[in-house]
Amino acid sequence: MRTIRFLIQKEFLQIFRNKSILPIIIVAPVIQLLVLAYAADFEIRNLKIYWNDQDQSTASSRLRDKISSSEYFSLTDVSFEYIDLNEELDKGKTDLILNVPIGFERDYLTSEKSEIQLLVNAIDGIKAGLGSFYLSQVARDFSLEVGGELMAKMPLKKIDLQVIETTYSFWFNPFLNYKTYMVPGILVILVTMIGAFISSMNIVREKELGTIEQLNVTPLKKYQFILGKMIPLWIIGLFEFSLGLLVAKLVFNIPIVGSLLLLYGFTAVYLVMVVGIGMFISTVTETQQQAMFISWFFLVIFILMGGLFTPIENMPPWAQKITLINPVRYFIEVIRLVMLKGSGLQDIGRQIIVVVFYAIIINSLAVWRYRKTT
Amino acid sequence: MKAIEARSITKKYGDVIAVNEVSLNVEDGGIYGLIGPDGAGKTTLIRILTSLLYPESGSAMVLGLDPVREYKKLRKLIGYMPGKFSLYQDLSVEENLQLFASLHNTTIKENYHLIRDIYSQIEPFRKRKAGALSGGMKQKLALSCAMIHKPEILFLDEPTTGVDPVSRKEFWEMLKNLNEDGLTILVSTPYMDEARQCHTIGLMQHGKIMAVDSPENVTTMFKKDLFEIKGQDKYKLLKSIREYQGTDTVYSFGSSLHYTDRSGDFQPRHLEKYLEKQGIAVVIEKISPTVEDTFMALMR
Repeated sequence: MRTIRFLIQKEFLQIFRNKSILPIIIVAPVIQLLVLAYAADFEIRNLKIYWNDQDQSTASSRLRDKISSSEYFSLTDVSFEYIDLNEELDKGKTDLILNVPIGFERDYLTSEKSEIQLLVNAIDGIKAGLGSFYLSQVARDFSLEVGGELMAKMPLKKIDLQVIETTYSFWFNPFLNYKTYMVPGILVILVTMIGAFISSMNIVREKELGTIEQLNVTPLKKYQFILGKMIPLWIIGLFEFSLGLLVAKLVFNIPIVGSLLLLYGFTAVYLVMVVGIGMFISTVTETQQQAMFISWFFLVIFILMGGLFTPIENMPPWAQKITLINPVRYFIEVIRLVMLKGSGLQDIGRQIIVVVFYAIIINSLAVWRYRKTT
Repeated sequence: MKAIEARSITKKYGDVIAVNEVSLNVEDGGIYGLIGPDGAGKTTLIRILTSLLYPESGSAMVLGLDPVREYKKLRKLIGYMPGKFSLYQDLSVEENLQLFASLHNTTIKENYHLIRDIYSQIEPFRKRKAGALSGGMKQKLALSCAMIHKPEILFLDEPTTGVDPVSRKEFWEMLKNLNEDGLTILVSTPYMDEARQCHTIGLMQHGKIMAVDSPENVTTMFKKDLFEIKGQDKYKLLKSIREYQGTDTVYSFGSSLHYTDRSGDFQPRHLEKYLEKQGIAVVIEKISPTVEDTFMALMR
């Protein structure tokens, strides 16, 4: 125990004296959380619409009013004659082109259906998807409200409109505040990244400097060495998490509905795993550069497939299977469940089992790979 | 009892044979010097004996323990100072010593007497970071850290490389004092002049130990007569002698040249005459070979 205590003390001394690691630990997560939380806005507002109205009828102008009154759209260009729509789209100044053909109102009133044409600039997939979705919502509303009114004025036609109204209520995030579900996810990523980086650089740094040679020739036991390395890194990880949680609460006022103890319990286990990954990388590499690249390779996959940026349900089946081995996915699930929904221990049992399993596997590998003799 | 007994140790790195069938005996209480140029295999051999590297074949006993199987026991008994400064540069002098003391389950206080002579010289700087020390002070700290647990044998890998002459001399004084207190020392060095400080030297080249003896006796392996030639304009002199028909070897040695002749009965005046014709005046004198001369001869 005395030996391990000295090793831990040594690690902390070195960390606090390191002019580049210390700011990374303290300042970087705060800044990143602030920047990312404001930047990672998936709501689409002010989509630029090119309004090409060849019909110039009452119906088309009502549709136009309806679209421009929505906060999602802004009409940037308007024209009333036939134009080459493709050319307009190519110019790239507009996100959507809505073309109302001649006879729109007539068709609307006389036949069962009428058509409008929508061209979407799909360079940004999310924008394109949401934009066309919003616009079809508006068109649907239009046909229900405005269409009804217009038809009422037509005595020949029998009014037979069935209006189905859908009402929403967003559970666990009543105002559909994207920060409420983004911030906990970003926090998970920060803790994972910093935990994995710092620990993967640690042993390999001693290899590079040659200091490991002097340690290896002492009677220091393998488990003492590993624990002496892991405990400080684990404490830093927990500190990192607390710091992020504090920012989430104070700056973004993210609710913490569930048990804080449960959240910390899970984080503690998760960090044992993350530090284990770093240690393992550290034992199989010879330079900090190699360690850095290998960490990056895994972290990029873990982060992009963690369910924060793309919902896992939207991924193709093979990709969904890959996320089953992604620890970040489980932590994001847990942090959202516990913080936003107030889930208890039994609700996150599966995630706990998976992460404990990983922690055991990866740390066994790290201990097995670490050799005091080559 | 022998402190180290190694039998035909071999270690390869890919196709390169770093240590080739080396056998070695180090007497208890002796100073054994592994002398050889860079790349001779000295570091590899030391790393095998200190249990940091597995040999491909061969066996070794250090203090009666096998470095492969009994490394746990062995590591308590040996001190090792790697060639590259391997202490924590971002920890202070005192913190480094403290750390290595506690890794060996001891304290600075308990074994202070062992390192007093060495450590007292750097103690005024005990709050200074190890990285900010001069080369000579780093070395003293490294030696203190290697000695703090009262080892029975000390391995030093090129301890004086890159250290100024005064510090080198001081360092050898310290090693001698430690040795007088009963410590066995195995030291490697590329400097031939340090060989004289050892009780036994092993001349190492291309992974093999070519000769083992005391520094006095090892020169008896130099079988030819050796002559020292002094004269003006060493470069021109060297060129002329190389063209001389009787020359076996000639190389520059400090301010003079060392010369051996092809024939058994070399007459210095023949060479003097030859050089006189070219307008070079020289003084030729028979001398006894040094360790370096012997090494050069063995290397051929």
